[in-house]
Formats: sequence, C-alpha cells, structure tokens
Amino acid sequence: MKRSERGAWPYLFLTPAIVLFTLFLAVPIGYTVWLAMRRTKVSGLGLGRGARKEVFVGFDNFSAALSDPELWHGWLRVLGYGALVLVVMLGLALLFALLLDSARVRLARFSRIAIFLPYAVPGVAATLLWGFLYLPSLSPIRDVLDIDFLGASTVTYSMANVAVWGGTGFNMLVLYTTLRAIPRDLYEAARLDGASELQIALRVKIPILTPAIILTTVFSIIATIQVFTEPTTLRPLTNTISSTWSPLMKVYRDAFVTGDLYSAAATSIVIAAISLVLSFGFLRVVRNHAFGES
Amino acid sequence: MRANRLGAALAVVLTATLASCGSSEPAQSTEAAQSPTAAAKGPVKLTYWTWAPNMDKIAAVWNQAHPDIQVTVSKQAGGDDAAAKFLTAAKAGNPPDLVQAEYQHLPSFVAADAVADLKAETASVKGEFAQGLWSLVTLGTEGVYGIPQDSGPMMLFYRKDLFDKYGLAVPKTWQEYADAARTVHKKDPKAYLGTFSSKDPGAFTGLAQQAGAQWWSISGESWKVNIADEATKKVADYWGGLVKEGVIDDMPFFTPEWNKALNDGKLLTWPSAVWAPGVLSSNAPKAKGKWAAAPLPQWNAGENFSGFWGGSSTAVSAKTPNKAAAAQFATWMNTDPAALDLLVKEAAIYPAATKAQSALGQAPDYFSNQPDFWQQAAAVSAVARGFTFGPNVGVTYNAFKDNFDKAVQNKTSFSDAIQAMQDATVADMRKSGFQIAS
Repeated sequence: MKRSERGAWPYLFLTPAIVLFTLFLAVPIGYTVWLAMRRTKVSGLGLGRGARKEVFVGFDNFSAALSDPELWHGWLRVLGYGALVLVVMLGLALLFALLLDSARVRLARFSRIAIFLPYAVPGVAATLLWGFLYLPSLSPIRDVLDIDFLGASTVTYSMANVAVWGGTGFNMLVLYTTLRAIPRDLYEAARLDGASELQIALRVKIPILTPAIILTTVFSIIATIQVFTEPTTLRPLTNTISSTWSPLMKVYRDAFVTGDLYSAAATSIVIAAISLVLSFGFLRVVRNHAFGES
Repeated sequence: MRANRLGAALAVVLTATLASCGSSEPAQSTEAAQSPTAAAKGPVKLTYWTWAPNMDKIAAVWNQAHPDIQVTVSKQAGGDDAAAKFLTAAKAGNPPDLVQAEYQHLPSFVAADAVADLKAETASVKGEFAQGLWSLVTLGTEGVYGIPQDSGPMMLFYRKDLFDKYGLAVPKTWQEYADAARTVHKKDPKAYLGTFSSKDPGAFTGLAQQAGAQWWSISGESWKVNIADEATKKVADYWGGLVKEGVIDDMPFFTPEWNKALNDGKLLTWPSAVWAPGVLSSNAPKAKGKWAAAPLPQWNAGENFSGFWGGSSTAVSAKTPNKAAAAQFATWMNTDPAALDLLVKEAAIYPAATKAQSALGQAPDYFSNQPDFWQQAAAVSAVARGFTFGPNVGVTYNAFKDNFDKAVQNKTSFSDAIQAMQDATVADMRKSGFQIAS
C-alpha cells in the first residue's frame, strides 16, 4: 500500500507536462491527421444548405500531396536556399565568435551587440527593410550596383541574405558563450607549446566547439525548412516568387487562399515527416561528435 | 500495477481534454451568442466585419436610432485575406453576424454554407438596385445571399497634363491605347503609358468582362467554366503583346515602385475602378489635380462597355441567431438615404443603390478639376457588364497570380496562362465534386 502510494508521486509531477503535451501537441496533431483523411464533397451546384458534406477519403490527400510536383519543386528551392544559408550563416557565426574571443580584440562588447542586433528585428520587418533596398526605385544600392536583386536567378540569394543577416548574431552568441566557458589554462598550455592564435583556434577551440556547432546546425536546418516569412513578404514586390515557393507556403495557400484545409493538413504532415528525417538524420550522422565521444 | 496507473491517468487526461474539446466547439459559442435573445433581455448585439473606413461612425448612427439592435463594427484587412478569415471563422463556428463580402467571394461563401439566404427579408428592396448588380448577390439562383453595397465600374484614369505634354488624345479604342503606349515610350524611354499587373486578378477580370467574357455560368444543375474563352484570350494577348514589345511596364499595382512611378509621372494611365481617386490621393499625393477620368477604351470603335473591379455586398452569417435583425441593419445601411449619404461621405464608397449613384454631387477632392466625375461614373456604371462568379474564385485568382507572374517573367504567352487558370479551376471543382457541364 505504502509502496504504491509513493509510486504515484512521480506521475503527479509529470501531470502538468503530460496535460500540456496532450492539449497543445498531441490533440492538434491528431486533429491534423483526422483532417488530412477527410475532404468535402459537394453535390450538383454546391449551393445552398446540405449541398456540401465532409467525407472520409483515407490516404487520398496524402497521395495527392506526395505526387504534387509543386511540393517537390518547393523542396528543391528550399534545399538550395538552405545550403546557402547554412554554410554562409554558420561560417560567419563561427568566424565572428572566434574573432571576438581572441585576446587582442577591442570593442568586443559593442561588436557583439552590433552583430547580434539584427536577430532582434522581426522577420517581416527585416524582409521589408531589405525588400526596399532591393527595389530599383527606392534602393540606394541599386544606384551603385546595377543588379536586379529580385530577378529569377538572384531572388534566392536575396532571400538567403535576409536570413543570414538575421540569423548570424544568434548563432554567433551560442558559439561565443561556449567559447567563454572554456578554461583559459587550455590556451595557456597551447601557447607554452608554441601554438599561434590561428593554431589555437583551429586545433583547440573548434574541436571543443563541435557540439555547439552541431546544435546550431540542427536549429538552422529546422529554421530553413520552415522558411515562410521572407518569401511571403517579398512576394508582392516581385513576380519571381510563386505562391508555392516553399513547402510551407503551399500549406498556407491550400488552407487560406484556395480554402482546402484537408490538403493543407496532409501536406503539413508530409513536411513534418521530412523535417524529422532531415534533422534526426543529421544528428545520427554526427552523433559521435555531438555528444562529445570522439 | 504502475503501468495500469499510468494508463488510467492518461485515460483520464485524454477523456477530459476530448470532452472539453467537444463542448468548446459550436454548441457553446452559439449558446453564448443566443442567450441575450433567448432571454429577450437587453438589446440584440450584432458584430459586423468590414474594411471600409469609418463604418463605425455609420453603425453609431444606427445604434443611436435603434437601441434594441446594437451593431459593433470590427475593422478587417480587406482583400482575399478577409474572405479567407471569414470562411475559417464560419467553419470554426464563430463567424460575425454580418460581413462585407466582395462579389467574387460571395459564391464561395454560399458554397461553404456560410451566409444566409435573405430572399424574404430583401423582397421589398430588390428594385433599388440595377439588375446586373442584383444578379451578383443571387448568383443566378432563387436565393439572395447579400445586399449590394458598392460597385466598381472601371474607367480609364490618365494624367491630363502629361497627355497634353506628349500631344496625346485620350484613347477611344484599345488600338489607340496601344499606339499611345508606343508613342509615350518612344518620347521618354523611362515613362510608360501603363503597367500590366500580374498580381491583380480583379483588374484583369474587369477588363475581360468589358470584352464580354463569362467565366462561370449555371446551366441547370451544373456549372459551366469558360475562363479560356475567346474574349479573355483576346484581352490577355493584347496586354501580353504590349509587355513583350516593352511599351507597357510589368510592375505590379500597389507596390512602392508603382506609387513612385505614379508620383513622378512615369506612369500615365491606370485602367481602374471608380474607387481609384482614394488610392491615387494616398499613393500619389504629388499628382493631385493632374489626373482625369474617361471611359475605358473600347475593343471596337463606337461600342460602349465597361467591367467591374471589386465592389462588395453586405451578407448575413448563416449561423447567426439574429438573422432578422442583421438583415434589417444591412437593408438600412444600403438603401436608406441617410445611411447611403454617410456611406459616400464617411466610407468613400461608390454606392450600389441606383438612386444614391445619381444623387452624388461634388467630385472627389483629388479630382477637383473634373466636376462631372460622378456623372461620368454613373454613365460608365450603366454600361458595365459583370458576370456570375464561381464557387472557387480563390483557386482561379491564385492561378492567375502564379501563371501571369511566370508569363511576365519569362515573356511567354499570356493566353497560355489563361488556359492554366481554366485548367486549375476545373480541376479543383472536379476534386470537390461539383457538376461541370463541358
């Protein structure tokens, strides 16, 4: 009797987490799956009462979503965009973190804030701001450089630029904080062994940083898969971004523009599955490094 | 033992949440909305979603005179987003009692069973509206799904001063418009007579209507979809040719680029609707007094047609427990002389009611140099031809944007884009099970 009473306590502590999980994750996901298996069917003209009813269609919406070429084109565009963002953003973040951490830097505090600040600008505001810089008649850049920033071949770079501008500071801060936590005597030992600052950075700092780099990479992969704000905000300014430019834009279009919640639900489940595969796949590949077992 | 307890705990949590989900859906909300009427205590409270400016002032006038029916205005963002929001709210079971519904979105509201049939409530005011406008709220059926509020007959807006400067006459036909476009661009390579916007299906729809298009129609128990008809293709290829030739610009309307071009006199015309003065005065304040309005150019000399861009009706939610009160307010707002006067002055709309159209006096401030502006508008309104919109205009308009974006960007055929719109619309209707006559 006593033993089982004690056995109930852990569950009491777990209850808030389970309730929150159920209410805000499990139930919405369940509802999405349920929606994804349904569809409205109208009869005749589809006007007036009772002309429209919801029917169960099983996996029809999923197969329609999977066989829609627009979705895969969207993935291709996002993969290209994501590769660009990941490499440039994380590369810059690492570079800035190492520079700020080096012993000789001045104005470190100011530089840190200056690099971090764009992260505090909301995505829509940042995109509009850059959008105005891209538009020919408003842009001071266009006066100097004659590049069409919103052309078919350049718009991906222009969007990646917004993401890099906004995301570098956050990733830099994660890496920088990790660097500051490294005991200084490690560097001292390296210096005594005759290592230059560059060698310290490459041979000591980066290996120690690896788990943090992996963490920021996973975050960034998830963020780029979810790219929505930048293309959606730039879309009214140019005719090079379609309503299905990224997979998430297709979900939005289906749900709110063409009024097909069911297809949107099915596509969003497909997107969630692919995101899981990509981020866990990456973690699996680098597992040994991520958890400090080299 | 442990596993059992965990299972039991989970089961309790799950049933609790499921039960709360179940009860929090429509039942509760309608109950809450109904209670004031059911108890017959206090006034009927109505909510009204609209994007026209100053509608709260008009509602306040009504509220003053009708203590038993109180209307609260909730200002919405206009356009397609407003339609999507209303459809979502209707599906979720908590729509407003009244909603401003653009004519092209009304069929999708009807098809989603989101708006009420007001046939009985509106029988007495039917005669206040032109036949063409009235058919936009009946969709050619027996029902009446809204009360016309404003309409958007299209006109040609042009820079009078720059036309004089370049020695141009106001084009009477689209052929003359094309010639003028070539002249302007030759005289100033940075200036254009106009622009083709791949972002504004509404504008294109109006031009197609002018040419005689009938994108949707109802025959018996099935829909006819005819977006890729000859009239529409003619309009598409006309603009496509001018864009390809480079004598008409391809920047979308309502962007910072466009505003600047209007302001700087780099765009000389805008085929738009009667509500254009409001847009021009806020987007091109520098050009005040320099614009003038004329009838749209015609496809054949001597003809006299126009189309509609925009325009909206007041619809009543199918779910409202106060349908009669809502219909009463909607009727008052769109037919009562005092209310119409307020609509014109406060909300700056071009009223749908025939009497109100002819009673419009002073031209908009921005067009102060054209005192007969409203008389011109009334003349155009009388010759504007609309068509029945289909139940999935959202799909069609989205297909317009995507395909014309591509056509403009790749300089490919505009009539192919029209065909893509037709295909997307039909495919979507078939998927939903609409009967389509081929």
